[in-house]
Amino acid sequence: MPDVITVESLRKVYPAPAGRPRRGPPMRGSGPPPAAPQEPPRVTAEGIVALDTLDLTIRDGELFGLLGPNGAGKSTTIGILTTRIIPTGGRATVAGHDVVTASARVRQHIGVVPQRPNPDRSLSTLENLAFHAAYFGIPFAQAERSGRALLERLGIADKAHAKVDALSGGQQQRLMIARALIHEPTVIFLDEPTVGLDPQARLDLWEILRDLHAQGRTIIMTTHYMEEADQLCDRIAIVDRGRLLACDTPEALKARAPGGTLIEVTLDGVATDVAAAARAVPGITRAEAQGPVLQAYSAREGEAIPDLIKVAGAHGRTVTNIHLTSPSLESLFISMTGRKLA
Amino acid sequence: MSATATAGRVAAAASAAERPPVSRLSVFGALLRRDVRVARRELPYFLVRTIMQPVLFLIVFGFLLPKMGFVQAGYTSALLPGILAVSLTLSSVQSVALPMVQDFGFTREIEDRLLAPVPMQLIAIEKVVAGALQGVIAAAVVLPIARVIMGPIPDLHLANVPWILGVTLLGSTLFASLGLWIGTVISATQIGLMFSIIIAPMLMFGCAYYPWRGLDAVPAFKYGVLVNPMVYVAEAMRGALTPSLPHMPLAVSCAAMGGLTVLFLWLGLRTFRRRSLS
Repeated sequence: MPDVITVESLRKVYPAPAGRPRRGPPMRGSGPPPAAPQEPPRVTAEGIVALDTLDLTIRDGELFGLLGPNGAGKSTTIGILTTRIIPTGGRATVAGHDVVTASARVRQHIGVVPQRPNPDRSLSTLENLAFHAAYFGIPFAQAERSGRALLERLGIADKAHAKVDALSGGQQQRLMIARALIHEPTVIFLDEPTVGLDPQARLDLWEILRDLHAQGRTIIMTTHYMEEADQLCDRIAIVDRGRLLACDTPEALKARAPGGTLIEVTLDGVATDVAAAARAVPGITRAEAQGPVLQAYSAREGEAIPDLIKVAGAHGRTVTNIHLTSPSLESLFISMTGRKLA
Repeated sequence: MSATATAGRVAAAASAAERPPVSRLSVFGALLRRDVRVARRELPYFLVRTIMQPVLFLIVFGFLLPKMGFVQAGYTSALLPGILAVSLTLSSVQSVALPMVQDFGFTREIEDRLLAPVPMQLIAIEKVVAGALQGVIAAAVVLPIARVIMGPIPDLHLANVPWILGVTLLGSTLFASLGLWIGTVISATQIGLMFSIIIAPMLMFGCAYYPWRGLDAVPAFKYGVLVNPMVYVAEAMRGALTPSLPHMPLAVSCAAMGGLTVLFLWLGLRTFRRRSLS
């Protein structure tokens, strides 16, 4: 399969803020970011490093997921690929066109679903689609016909002449998907498409994405929900603090997760000594300390847990909480970064 | 989900195969068509927004004060071109700046146009063209209203139609360009400030309500107001509508309008780009 997107050593450094609090990497089509990054962004002499030498290739027809916590660089990557953020270094192409030097040609090939719906509120639902198509050079009458067909397909045909303000959040999201499809793009980008949707709307959106994927569309989506990436994507790139940690199929990634169940034991003090001692406990394959949390992996957690509590007690620590995670993208992410994904 | 119904149809077209570039003219036409449709829908608000202030001014200064004998009879001739300048200024600046501030501020509604496969500057230029058209319409609406309110205007000379149209169009373009710059520089919370700090002084010291030559009496003001772009529009309007009365030479006011249009357009396109890209 040919590559639709290539990303080589892509880098983005934002100028360090002059006093004013930064709003994080600008996200297309969104207002303020949904939450502050969990980890402070890396600030160097150059500025804030949002993306640090990222390499990726995405093939024709793939449903590709960019998975990572807030502030990982996902939205910056999407912003660069959709020509709205200028990279500081490196190169990226979409459908064979450079995103910087041929940005207008790139835009011809992409459809974008923003994180927060940003329809043209002066226009009706159908007009939103028809005018968007017209901005891509499609004759108006033809655009209206395709718009009606898309609204039908996405189940909001009854709202064709409604003002967009009369649409619910889920319906506006569908309108955004219809708008991203109306000019028949090669690649569709979705930035955190399910954030803020109720559970039913989220499942409906998954269905729509699966359906588009089945038609052979190339789809790139960002998410910080593990199960979303796991269930939907052909391949997943795990990014954190502007770096690519891993890129593979969900199955291959899960196979790379450390063996056994992740046992997280929260103590009433720093876990370093306990972690060192825990490595000697039979059945524990790996043990790390993250502040007061002991992260241990074991295939036989039922036997290991009492031993871990004993070890903690021997070091004068009291256990305040225990949490188990079965092998998953989550435990892979934690093993790579020491932090939770979301 | 009814999604599968027409599934195959779209898929075929969605390959990475090369597509011919989109015609900029057709995209420009679509952008303009969108703005015309929205403006037509909002016509009542547009009219109230743009002609209320000049009409109120006309009633007080063009009708009541002359009736009371506080101003000389000839004042209406000096007032009319200025009132037209005020109408087109308010209309052009607001029709570009206000939506721009909202779009870049919080609604991000302009995003759907920023995705168009054309250079981003084209979107800004279309906004200026649409704004200028609204300025021309505002002036065309206010002229007959002024005539009705003020009664016969002694020195009004409507024969110079090409000049009148040209000055109106140039003045509207000037202020639409200023609107682009203002709209991409200020934030949504500063809109109120824009009116009190920029628009109000511009109108009061724009030689709209008095001719520039009248300021011979106050030389400091006479030269101070030359930084105000509105002065040139008002004076050019005098040159075109009431050529027999004292006014700045048309060539000078038109050259100044042209120069300022280029300046504001350049500044506006720069800040537009900065707001659209990061």
